[in-house]
Amino acid sequence: MIDPPRRTLRLEAPRSWQTLNLAELWAYRELLFFFVWRDVKVRYKQTVLGALWAIIQPLATTFAFALLFGRLGGMARQVDGPYALHVFAGMLPWTFFANAVTLAANSLVGSGHLISKVYFPRLLVPLAAIASGLLDFAIAFAVLLVMMAVYGVAPSASMAAAPLFVAGTIVAAAGTGILFAALVVTFRDVRYILTFALQLWLFASPVLYPIDMIPARWRLVYAVNPMAGLVAGFRASVVGGAMPAGVILVSSASAAILLLAAVRYFVQVERRFADVI
Amino acid sequence: MSSDAIDIHGLGKRYAIGATPIGRATLGESLTNWVAGPWRRFRDLARPGGRAAQFWALKDVTLKVAVGEVVGIIGPNGAGKSTLLKILSRITAPTEGYVDLNGRVSSLLEVGTGFHPDLTGRENIFLNGAILGMFRAEIVRKLDAIVAFAELEQFIDTPVKHYSSGMYVRLAFSVAAHLEPEILIIDEVLSVGDLHFRNKCLGRMQDLRSEGRTVLFVSHDLTSVRQLCSRAVMLQHGRIVDDGPPGEVTRRYERLYHDAEGNSSGAADRLHPPHSYHLRRVELRNARGDIASQFDAGEVMEIHLWSSGRAPENSYTVEFKLLNSDDEVISFGAANPVQATYYAADAQHFVCRLGPLPLTEGSYAFSFTVGVWNKERWDFWQRAVRFTIGRCDPFGTGHGISNVNDGDFVIPQEWLTGN
Repeated sequence: MIDPPRRTLRLEAPRSWQTLNLAELWAYRELLFFFVWRDVKVRYKQTVLGALWAIIQPLATTFAFALLFGRLGGMARQVDGPYALHVFAGMLPWTFFANAVTLAANSLVGSGHLISKVYFPRLLVPLAAIASGLLDFAIAFAVLLVMMAVYGVAPSASMAAAPLFVAGTIVAAAGTGILFAALVVTFRDVRYILTFALQLWLFASPVLYPIDMIPARWRLVYAVNPMAGLVAGFRASVVGGAMPAGVILVSSASAAILLLAAVRYFVQVERRFADVI
Repeated sequence: MSSDAIDIHGLGKRYAIGATPIGRATLGESLTNWVAGPWRRFRDLARPGGRAAQFWALKDVTLKVAVGEVVGIIGPNGAGKSTLLKILSRITAPTEGYVDLNGRVSSLLEVGTGFHPDLTGRENIFLNGAILGMFRAEIVRKLDAIVAFAELEQFIDTPVKHYSSGMYVRLAFSVAAHLEPEILIIDEVLSVGDLHFRNKCLGRMQDLRSEGRTVLFVSHDLTSVRQLCSRAVMLQHGRIVDDGPPGEVTRRYERLYHDAEGNSSGAADRLHPPHSYHLRRVELRNARGDIASQFDAGEVMEIHLWSSGRAPENSYTVEFKLLNSDDEVISFGAANPVQATYYAADAQHFVCRLGPLPLTEGSYAFSFTVGVWNKERWDFWQRAVRFTIGRCDPFGTGHGISNVNDGDFVIPQEWLTGN
């Protein structure tokens, strides 16, 4: 292991209140890198279309929703600017979030063999699953820029804020992913609940509709969904529009609390994983 | 603060057996349990012995290993060797007691952990090295040596799914051999590969020993324990029962093990039952009703089993698994649902008439389970009794059929000309 030499490592029964060992997590940072590297490499080796998947998935959903809600549902009239661009700009952080959460949730069970044979901080497994989705996100972001050029939408100075919203989305995805990863180890049926919950969650987030459609007095309650403020903020920063400051603030706080709670739960149950997996 | 490399004190690990099969729980079931729990607990209190059985895989293990010692851990299957290994490797946490490890630890429960078939040999060296705790810079520095040790220079950029099993194992072991821990905890990964490579691995182990590293080596292979270790420890039923020079301990182990196998009575008593309600005694009897441990193929056998008292419930089953000499399950039988025999709570003696036995010459063992079919397992008695098949010549050829080359059982057959 990567423990500093000549230090005593004591192994004993888990205490009732476990804390996250940040120093150890840092010591294992290279392993996190290797896990991400493996996931990316294997994915691009195994699929014929490779990087194209990162483009096709959000593009195809955007196209379907633009047709369904924009043309048939009349949603296009609720949005300033092109509806397809509106949806795609929202679909970007959403796709990253949904894929990252799904991968992370199944990551521990999928690494069962590793977990029963070698020690490392278990948190690395869902974290790596989330990080490996960032490449897809970067590719899709390039497509968004192309799309903006096609629609003649010029990026504004607010684009500088986009990385903050991406960071926020990573926090939200990490929180949800870590929580579900730990839950799925103990309760195998949770993964079906997750698939279903993510479908509903999409409609509870301002991906297909603008946030103005939510009545003003409900907006801060709506913002408890971390993806509400993050999707709205990301879209506003990239394709323009008003920044819903209050919603963003509440959503960011909600994402941070979710992550802390998820890590807390994960650390509490992680020493049982090998016995249960 | 002692100078010992490994200090194990009062170590114990408890597993729950029975009730819910571990890891197959669903949220639905858990919610049901949560609602029904108080009633069930009340019922369990009212009737002692009805709770899910608990089983100590390790109990009161205290062991100090000095720096530079090479300790071999031996013991029969189910003695707690792998549990000890898992605790020392930090894969699972002990239930009680503690272990102090003084120094940089590497543990190898298998070679090639985390290998991915789609990645090349080189890529897998990095991945596996990182998983075993090496830094990237360290792997880069040792890369050439690892490739050379594995003798895979030409194939290092080929995906490992195209490797033969021998090549795969060589690469995997080569990465492991380049770890530089102060304490090495190792499962019997030496028994892999061809003879040439095995000697290379033994050489590497001897290097470790001469470099003054501390090694804890868990093995079935008494010869390598005698060759490599400076001390041997025997585990039995989760406890340390012997500790001393490897030659003496392995000899005592062989005697013990051989006696258990070769005892002429064909009867066994449970020494350390895990729970108050348990199977306590088994006898194998031949057609004449005598206790026996040797049978011929085609003979009929009677298994007699006794339990410790009143069962927690009515309508339960007794089940056997038949194991071959490699400890693989080769057959199964049960009072129900195989045959609709449901035992009553006060039944304490169970008999199964079995045969004619279609087994080939060799040694076999029975494991027994008692509980409610598909629901609860009150007791699991692993390798409760052994027996041998002395003669198997069903076709009257004068040549016996043995399980060394010809499988574990014979199927009645007829050979014809087909046209």
